[in-house]
Amino acid sequence: MIEAPKMIEAKNLWKRYGDNVVLERINMSVAEGEFVTMVGTSGCGKSTFLKMLLGTETPTSGEMLLDGKPIPDEPGPDRGIVFQQYSVFPHMTVLENVMTAKAFARNGITGYLFGGAKRQARDEAKAMLDQVGLSQALDKYPHELSGGMKQRLAIAQALLGKPRILLLDEPFGALDPGIRADMHELVLNLWHEHKLTVFMVTHDLKEGFYLGTRLWVFDKLRQDPQAPNAYGASITYDLPVGKLDRATYEEIDDNLRPVAQLA
Amino acid sequence: MKRMINKTPGSVLRMSLGLLPFVLLLLIYMAGSDARLELNPDDKLLPSFAQMGDAIHRMAFEPSKRTGEYLFWADTGSSLTRLGLGVVIAALIGLLLGMLTGALPMIGAGVSPLLTVISLVPPLALLPILFIVFGLGELSKVVLIAIGITPFIARDIQRRTEEIPSEQLVKAQTLGASTLQILIRVVLPQLMPKLIDAVRLSLGAGWLFLIAAEAIASTDGLGYRIFLVRRYLSMDVILPYVAWITLLAFLLDIALAWLSRRLYPWNVQGGR
Repeated sequence: MIEAPKMIEAKNLWKRYGDNVVLERINMSVAEGEFVTMVGTSGCGKSTFLKMLLGTETPTSGEMLLDGKPIPDEPGPDRGIVFQQYSVFPHMTVLENVMTAKAFARNGITGYLFGGAKRQARDEAKAMLDQVGLSQALDKYPHELSGGMKQRLAIAQALLGKPRILLLDEPFGALDPGIRADMHELVLNLWHEHKLTVFMVTHDLKEGFYLGTRLWVFDKLRQDPQAPNAYGASITYDLPVGKLDRATYEEIDDNLRPVAQLA
Repeated sequence: MKRMINKTPGSVLRMSLGLLPFVLLLLIYMAGSDARLELNPDDKLLPSFAQMGDAIHRMAFEPSKRTGEYLFWADTGSSLTRLGLGVVIAALIGLLLGMLTGALPMIGAGVSPLLTVISLVPPLALLPILFIVFGLGELSKVVLIAIGITPFIARDIQRRTEEIPSEQLVKAQTLGASTLQILIRVVLPQLMPKLIDAVRLSLGAGWLFLIAAEAIASTDGLGYRIFLVRRYLSMDVILPYVAWITLLAFLLDIALAWLSRRLYPWNVQGGR
């Protein structure tokens, strides 16, 4: 099915913490420009999988490849991230938060910008903040922003770093449903405009069903009631979004009952 | 009838309740002082406020017959200089040590155990060593204050550094930041208000070490003076000096709190 060149590929990937198997036998490949949403019960390993893409976790065995090479085992500028919280710097104003992305991208010693570089960064940051709808809040500190505005800021900051891959770890989990809809639109627009490859972890199955191009469901194929940690989760559904019908939704929803109750 | 646990004083009542113990203490002191002075006008133990006023007037506004200095202000100047130098040195070393051990696990592994042991050494027990090594001059007093509070500040800042959410450090790395850039732009600015908090908490210990060092070997300073006049039972000097030291400590504390609020408006929990 996938003829486009593989950007990210996992080959027989396992993740164990001692006796606790979190992920097992993960095989997948993702082409540039895809938008993958990942759902699953709490503790099913979807966040662990995202952390392996990020580089803060490493596979126990198997390989996670980016452009055919193993993903570096520390975060880097090719992979941007938005966490559920704590993604922005509390001691900088909105504008400084985004300008800092430019400052970090230059190989300066201190991470401060001066003169022309600073003016250019300010212009770019303002344009980006305009795009995410924060141009009214340039001089505010993060603690003065609502949850939705904070996430907009975190997204603007991540995008100014010009990543190829954008990782979203339950970015809208703490937001009200109305604001969540606005954020979905924003993310979809930015994904088109900046030609990103997006991986998003979410608790909300509905979110996964219409956002993006591909839906992954993480679940355990094998269960041992005596030793619940003996087997790990793998990707049990890998579905193209857009061709999904109501029956499939109900089927996955049934499998992930605890999630449906949370949502 | 409301439960006691649910009763809160209004602003006027709160203020009056707060002032009440001070007024009571003053009244008790004045009554005691009057009673003793009535029996023996030469009593030195509980001097009247008029006697204390005379003593401070003599110390603060009349040049000393021996040296020509205004002793009260000279004492205040030397003590604050020692305290200030000691605290600033401790804050700088503590900040650097705490930040590096908290942010860089490799340095933390090497330095933290040593820091823990050093923080357990009672600083006053080191005072004789300091006098032997640095002599009886200013240096040993400043070093005592610095040694006394640096471990506390360093460990507090180390803990504060570890409290910075790792999400921020990861985020900075995904924007391309180097270790040095993260330390300078993400970690250090967030530690500054915490450093002011740590300094405020350690000033009490700072005064303790200052007065102890001045009492043992000095020729001026607030601590030197009260231990000197103790020989003549001059409570009329000692009591105002103690009140003055308390006032200085209080002013230093609120000045630092104000500075923290002023410089770091984003630090909403701190700087009260």
